[in-house]
Amino acid sequence: MGYTIAEKIFNKHIKGKKVKAGDFVYAKVDVALGNDITAPIAIDQFKKIGVKKVYDRKKIVLVPDHFTPAKDIKSAEQAKALREFAREQKIVHYYEVGRMGIEHALLPELGIVRPGELIIGADSHTCTYGALGAFATGMGSTDLAACWATGHAWFRVPETMRFIYKGKKNKWVTGKDLILYTIGKIGVDGALYKSMEFAGPVIKRLPIDERFTMSNMAIEAGGKAGLIEPDEITMEYVRSHKFAAKGKLPANFDYLKSDKDAEYETTIEIDVSKIEPQVSLPHLPSNTKAVSKLKTMKIDQSVIGSCTNGRISDLRVAAKILKGRKVHPEVRCIIFPATQAIYRQAMKEGLLDIFVKAEAVVSTPTCGPCLGGHMGILAKGERAIATTNRNFVGRMGHPESEVILSNPAVAAASAVAGKVIHPNKL
Amino acid sequence: MKLKGNAWKFGDNINTDEIVAARYLNTFDAKELGSHCMEDIDAKFSKKISKGDCIVARKNFGCGSSREHAPIAIKGCGISCVIAESFARIFYRNAINIGLPILVSKAAARDMKTGDKIEVDVNKGVIYNLTRKKEYKTDKFADFMQEIVNNGGLLNWIKNPKGSANKAKRKKK
Repeated sequence: MGYTIAEKIFNKHIKGKKVKAGDFVYAKVDVALGNDITAPIAIDQFKKIGVKKVYDRKKIVLVPDHFTPAKDIKSAEQAKALREFAREQKIVHYYEVGRMGIEHALLPELGIVRPGELIIGADSHTCTYGALGAFATGMGSTDLAACWATGHAWFRVPETMRFIYKGKKNKWVTGKDLILYTIGKIGVDGALYKSMEFAGPVIKRLPIDERFTMSNMAIEAGGKAGLIEPDEITMEYVRSHKFAAKGKLPANFDYLKSDKDAEYETTIEIDVSKIEPQVSLPHLPSNTKAVSKLKTMKIDQSVIGSCTNGRISDLRVAAKILKGRKVHPEVRCIIFPATQAIYRQAMKEGLLDIFVKAEAVVSTPTCGPCLGGHMGILAKGERAIATTNRNFVGRMGHPESEVILSNPAVAAASAVAGKVIHPNKL
Repeated sequence: MKLKGNAWKFGDNINTDEIVAARYLNTFDAKELGSHCMEDIDAKFSKKISKGDCIVARKNFGCGSSREHAPIAIKGCGISCVIAESFARIFYRNAINIGLPILVSKAAARDMKTGDKIEVDVNKGVIYNLTRKKEYKTDKFADFMQEIVNNGGLLNWIKNPKGSANKAKRKKK
């Protein structure tokens, strides 16, 4: 029997006997990431271990992106703890406000995460890098601290669930709709402890930004990783994002593919021609429905951005819809380019001008509103449409507020209409 | 280790935002986080419970974010253990790493109701429902994870020269 990409990556990061799904491994980690919410605990735990230095200052990434620019004194203290640790340990990949971005958009953009690598992050959306063919998974702060000390983490090699997407995509249907549809089909624990592998002719043609969106949301089905086999699109992306390779990281990457006779726990085929733009209604990402099947749902806010959908192609779609139109008078539309580079690109292309003319606001990169941190918190009884990844109770603010998840086109069209609508209806 | 207390019952897919909302993540002080535990489901939860009580939930407990603040908040408000039909992966790891006892038992999670008096023998893996006079065996941890639990959490495990974490080093010597 052959090996899946996930199994191959684990085998590349251990010594000794080859492992398969179900085996436990203590594997070498290529990148260990933390942010301003999770790293302060990791730093505290790291100090308890009793080692003075981190295992490799080039392999640790610290990005203060959640509550930054600091939203209050306590958040400023947490960001400060990160900054001081980064200076003390001479961490190479520390990204301060003004140079930072939302971590899961920033790391691929800087070439810090690459195909075939084993990556852990104290952030559940670390699975985003699966889009490059890396095994990347979220863990907690103590796991991160242990990894900083030893360079290793323990894993149970997961079984793989394979999703094959076939057929012709309908207009306005993106990677976001495919993943929302998939989560709706299998549920928020449908891939619990498993590695999801997205494959098939639709994925082969899917642009890299939309691949990131799909892998990003593997965790919303309980998945441990969301892998996509590297191909020409991946290679093109990796070639054009080499900054950090220059930033002294060893070139330890591989374009690994699953063997033809690899063992999958399940294979699920999805005919995308039947999929329309999707939304996830409150309060679970699996509560999906086609936009056109909704009754009237008024909104108070539209949020376009995040580690799920804050990349340049997302902003281009939003701009296409908002160009020459105005945000509905009863709606606040908040747009978040995910990184400084994306922000500049959007500026060069005139997208920011389109947004501001449409009476949307454009924010500095931050995770802010997605997790109800800052920059767009909802009041009691308010409803937002958002291109983010979670719509749990109280996710964007008051426990009695609501979040509806969608792709950027639906969120932009809804901002104009004042209610959730299909972009075709604008 | 034996734990005794009242059960507090929750449903499916209790997520980390519900366990402790992100608006409180500008600290990791256990007491402070504990005072907001389960707040968005039950605003007075942390005030209603007594030290030693247990959370009982159905499937996929702790889904969502990687925040270790979630098990810290549960411990911080005085809850002694969590029993569920199943746990989300990151929460499960985090709980083991920081030493919050978590137990998997489908039957116990299904049967128990808020207010039931329960006793848990963590080492034996047995849950007694004293109110309903029932006994449940919990699912065993995989040997690998049991070793981490026996060491008292991840940080002790990586330091233990005799543990699996240091196998490679031993071989070199």
